Amino acid sequence: MNTQGKVFKYADNVDTDVIIPARYLNTPDAKELALHCMEDIDKEFVKNVKKGDVIVAGWNFGCGSSREHAPLVIKTCGTGCVIAKSFARIFYRNAINIGLPILECEQAAEEIEAADEVAVDFDTGLITNLTTGKTYKAQPFPPFIQSIIQSGGLLKSLKEGEGYE
Amino acid sequence: MGMTMTQKILASHAGLECVSAGQLINAKLDIVLGNDITTPVAVNEFKKAGFDRLFDPNRVAIVLDHFVPNKDIKAAEQSKTCREFACAHCVSHFYDVGKMGIEHALLPEQGVVTAGDCIIGADSHTCTYGALGAFSTGVGSTDMAAGMATGMAWFKVPSAIRFNLKGKLPANCSGKDVILTIIGRIGVDGALYKSMEFTGEGAHSLSMDDRLCICNMAVEAGAKNGIFPVDEVTMAYLNGRSEREPVVFEADADAEYEQTIDIDLSQIVPTVACPHLPENTHPASELHHIKVDQVVIGSCTNGRLEDMEAAYRILNGNRIANGVRCIIIPGTMQILRECVLRGWYTAFLDAGAVVSTPTCGPCLGGYMGILAAGEKCLATTNRNFVGRMGHVESEVYLASPHTAAATALAGYITEYQEG
Repeated sequence: MNTQGKVFKYADNVDTDVIIPARYLNTPDAKELALHCMEDIDKEFVKNVKKGDVIVAGWNFGCGSSREHAPLVIKTCGTGCVIAKSFARIFYRNAINIGLPILECEQAAEEIEAADEVAVDFDTGLITNLTTGKTYKAQPFPPFIQSIIQSGGLLKSLKEGEGYE
Repeated sequence: MGMTMTQKILASHAGLECVSAGQLINAKLDIVLGNDITTPVAVNEFKKAGFDRLFDPNRVAIVLDHFVPNKDIKAAEQSKTCREFACAHCVSHFYDVGKMGIEHALLPEQGVVTAGDCIIGADSHTCTYGALGAFSTGVGSTDMAAGMATGMAWFKVPSAIRFNLKGKLPANCSGKDVILTIIGRIGVDGALYKSMEFTGEGAHSLSMDDRLCICNMAVEAGAKNGIFPVDEVTMAYLNGRSEREPVVFEADADAEYEQTIDIDLSQIVPTVACPHLPENTHPASELHHIKVDQVVIGSCTNGRLEDMEAAYRILNGNRIANGVRCIIIPGTMQILRECVLRGWYTAFLDAGAVVSTPTCGPCLGGYMGILAAGEKCLATTNRNFVGRMGHVESEVYLASPHTAAATALAGYITEYQEG
């Protein structure tokens, strides 16, 4: 799995309330919800994001609510990957379970700037900043989690008998 | 090497003699929970994956609480999805209007969750039930769907931070001040991926409502779960309530903790988390210059009977300050009923407050008290993120019911002073 695109950069503690405000959670429809992705911290995000683009953020990305709508809207907007210094645990789990590629890499998250062009090889964890030419290596996932991701999410992995047998 | 209390519960539910931090395990679940926002997504995933039955209809709980009674047509559709699913699958713990409550106030009250349980809930504050000596954690809708179908979930066994509590809380403080103080000290990711294990003689001095409040906000420090040891207070609470036999787990004497933090409860002061992070804490006594437009007393953090009692004691016979809207939301129908029977409801009305049916409502900016641009609210809720209770330019300050009631009377943020 690979992605390449422009970077949208955010600070530490991006919470699920700004990723998708609860006032819109009266519907489970991902396409409708995606129109409001990041609305409370970046009204331009939805207008400008293109398929394959990359969100880069600081510590504790996705903190707050357990709403799976958060990784879902980021994915539905076309975002190819989220790179952060760290992820809040429920967001991390939800991203894996729904198949939104995420990578933890402190140095990349620190150095990559907004609007840089970045390529990510999700299988190897290699992040290349095409604007500066610099490369970074993110922590790889443990094999158990890789198998969920390769199946295309938790439920597909369960159906394939990879899960709780 | 010994195990923490959390690790022991996880090992037992994974059918293993021993687990250690970092290990990936599959564990059996005692209860799988969802609400009116997260369940529709889970139902969709459940059906899409081709599952057609629950692992056990008695072990799934669905609580309509966030936007209920339905705030609009779309919310009504979501409730309908939950209702139809619960009916089709004979979910025994389905709570609709009339018997519902805020899920994390309701499930312990109704005895649905108990000591020794392994619980997942598609709501981040599912960590609340650690107060009963259970392992309980928030997950997303896909995990809920998988849990409903298989009765299992995968976990990475957490390491732990031990909070060694000593002494007793001052009369104008509660569990809320303890957890806000801790989050202020360790930060919103200070316990990321970890357990927060509360021990020491001070832990035993805390009431069950205080413990539920403390564990409720463990997620606000990034924790996977918060947990209290099972003692006489726990057993007195569970006795006659718990629908299953409680199982008592204790941390091993040689359990390994990443860190031990000592907290002297007698030194806790009324504490407020200022916008826009729960870690941005200050003593209430330093915030008298902040005027508020609204006060909310309720939520899964502070909508319990002791919270209502604190509000009653302070508001009774007094008038809420001009220009302040005070909204009181008892957490469950039973708590609301107690407020009526004890005359607290009338006292709230006489003070100039409004009292709502149980709902998460304003806590997450749903309804029942949304803020306009520039407005400030002091709330007993759990999050004060940008736009959490309404307009992105509104502000939420988090505090205890004591501080909230005192603030409602004063019109500015203030701690409660007895006498």
